[in-house]
Amino acid sequence: MDRSDGMTNVLWLQGASCGGCTMSILESGASGWFDELRQFGVNLLWHPSVSEETGEEAVEVLQSVLDGKVRLDLLLLEGSVARGPNDTGRFNMLAGTNRSVYSWMLDLAPRADYVIAVGSCAAYGGVPAAGANPTDAVGLQFEGSDSGGALGAAFRSRLGLPVINVAGCAPHPGWMMETILALTTKDIAAIDLDGYGRPKFIANHLAHHGCSRNEFYEFKASAETMSERGCLMEHLGCKATQAVGDCNQRSWNGGGSCTKGGYACIACTSPGFEGAQNFLETAKLAGIPVGLPTDMPKAWFVALAALSKSATPRRVRLNATADHVVVPPGSAGAKRTP
Amino acid sequence: MTRITIGPFNRVEGDLEVRLDVESGRVVRAEVTAPLYRGFEQILEGRPPLDALALAPRICGICSVSQSVAAAAALREAMGIEAAPNGLLATNIAHAAENAADHLTHFYIFFMPDFAREAYAVHGWHAATRERFAATRGSAARDALPARARLLETMGIIAGKWPHSLAFQPGGTTRAIDLGERVRLLSIATAFRSFLERIVFADALENVLAIATADELDRWRDGRGGDFAHFLRLADSLALAGLGKGTGLMMSYGAYHGPDGELFPRGLFGPRAAIEPLPLAQITEDVSHAWMRESSVDPAHSSTVPDPDKPAAYSWCKAPRLSGQPIEVGAVARQTVAGQSLIADLVSVSGTNVRNRVIARLIETARIALAMEQWTRALRLSEPFCRDSRETPNGSYVGLVEAARGSLGHWLAVRNGKIERYQIIAPTTWNFSPRDSCDVGGPLEQALVGTDVGEAGARAVAIQHIVRSFDPCMVCTAH
Repeated sequence: MDRSDGMTNVLWLQGASCGGCTMSILESGASGWFDELRQFGVNLLWHPSVSEETGEEAVEVLQSVLDGKVRLDLLLLEGSVARGPNDTGRFNMLAGTNRSVYSWMLDLAPRADYVIAVGSCAAYGGVPAAGANPTDAVGLQFEGSDSGGALGAAFRSRLGLPVINVAGCAPHPGWMMETILALTTKDIAAIDLDGYGRPKFIANHLAHHGCSRNEFYEFKASAETMSERGCLMEHLGCKATQAVGDCNQRSWNGGGSCTKGGYACIACTSPGFEGAQNFLETAKLAGIPVGLPTDMPKAWFVALAALSKSATPRRVRLNATADHVVVPPGSAGAKRTP
Repeated sequence: MTRITIGPFNRVEGDLEVRLDVESGRVVRAEVTAPLYRGFEQILEGRPPLDALALAPRICGICSVSQSVAAAAALREAMGIEAAPNGLLATNIAHAAENAADHLTHFYIFFMPDFAREAYAVHGWHAATRERFAATRGSAARDALPARARLLETMGIIAGKWPHSLAFQPGGTTRAIDLGERVRLLSIATAFRSFLERIVFADALENVLAIATADELDRWRDGRGGDFAHFLRLADSLALAGLGKGTGLMMSYGAYHGPDGELFPRGLFGPRAAIEPLPLAQITEDVSHAWMRESSVDPAHSSTVPDPDKPAAYSWCKAPRLSGQPIEVGAVARQTVAGQSLIADLVSVSGTNVRNRVIARLIETARIALAMEQWTRALRLSEPFCRDSRETPNGSYVGLVEAARGSLGHWLAVRNGKIERYQIIAPTTWNFSPRDSCDVGGPLEQALVGTDVGEAGARAVAIQHIVRSFDPCMVCTAH
């Protein structure tokens, strides 16, 4: 459709969501998210959390997209698609329309140039799909790690792409905004997505990369209880060496990250992360963590871990099980005494 | 009589449908529907108790820390431990940042844009109000959103990220704060104070909090800049003190627990318009009009099982009651129970209503901005932030906190190292509850009755003000 007005029309809907992705993206932009969108020519057709239109005014916006009167460049869904009960979608009706969000998405998605799943719920099902999955929650194009989901594996948006999955719970505001803005200039093609539909500029990294606990990781100097400074992988459940995302190369809320905050990466960018149990405990077999880095031979890892443990400096070993630095660097060879 | 349906009722989310029966231009009956159910309580059953720390916050990305703190409190009771005092302080700071961010987002992004609507174009104040508050276009968002983002940098220091953090543990918080971080926390708190003093109140917070009566508030407002005074003038022009009146019953579970007690105390503002002890054992949940199967009315003993075809039901939200009565919760309840002078005076004159709910949020924001500075200074940097404990013996436990929108409770039953039952009653579950078996409506349903919608019907702006004055969080409501 004609985009000669230079504007990018964006429609953002929420399914079985917690609203957290929206809360995250509202942190975006030096002069606020709305200003940032305007600067890039993004026209927010409707967003449940921020738009003036409510009730029938909002339904008119959706209807005008369905009727083809308004061009839909980007369709974003936040939250999983609740298909239940019995494929009726009644666990998640779009208020005031007597139709489920599931049904709306089936009709709206083929009209969009691009479809973006915002967050791991919309991408893969996420937390609502945990356990017995009471609402038959799925992602737009995945059910956990299986291709399919609400729209089906064969779905392609008008410009020929599968659903673009900005995974994360909640995703970094930059992940969402950079994806949206890259699409205003059509800068994401199918080849720029990984096997789970995630943009590679995010998914080509591991959450582990840039972790501030890297020295502890190198020596396998591990924290044993919460709030200790050591590596969180051996005992406290950290999956950062297996989870994709440039989490530790970005600043979350001005400088944080999960591991900086003192708790494990729970792999929230991965399909099915919600299915784990004992999130803050490392599952082990014969004393060896089950979830080792995927592309490293296990025997090598174990051998190197044993070697590095035996070479651990005292400073690193003691600091690993303390909540603040007890042995500062260079203390052995201190030049100056007060 | 005509029946009108309003939905998707958005800001904060769109998961709300309101049906009104209108006679001669007035609402005679209201039904409030939560059209979204995700099944968190079912998902939690059978899991290790500590999994609640990862899953429960994901009920709500808006009050995620509140959900974490409630889960951690229930688990702390199960473990029979005390949290490290630093951990309580750090939790308070992060929780205050979330609650203040929520109040700010409510005021600027969810509530005020309705005054910029064309329906008010005839008013002399409309042009200035539209310039300032129009949804996504008004100038206020350019001030408020960066201030909110800066305030939430508190989370980067204490909680790793927001929303959804695992930093809030039964034993405290997971990152020990060092001196540099304390100074950064103080810098964030003072930047927030500065935003409030320049943009919101146009006065020092101490002066704002010294306003003790409705008359003093009127005098303070005259000729004053800032967005709060702007709202107060709109509230007068549109008689918002007469709109959306509450039933008069309010409660607070008590907020910001510390070694020296709570910043805002627990209590009930009861039928005699006095503050009484809160009879927690009298909390029940009624499912007569919810798409839920009958279970125990006691949240400590009930389970949640959906029943989508149940006749007479119209919401996924259950109907919580205290001693059989619907109760209003939120900042106005918290500050009334806390005896905050101005709010207590406003409530004694006009009860709860659209205007007083909004005033209470902003007054509370001023109070917690000051408390954040004090808690940050009180951190003892050489002492622990977290105590370790993992044992969760069999039993029933409860975690009660105050989220921005009001009282939040998690009822946890543990059996053989697993969650046997988990029940959550969220603030908007209280405020937006459906009818109970005595056909008594929830607080919003009652507050809507009597509203004049005139010819505008479903587009009546008065309805928008009333609903949003409660700051609904629908994802929490039915979870």
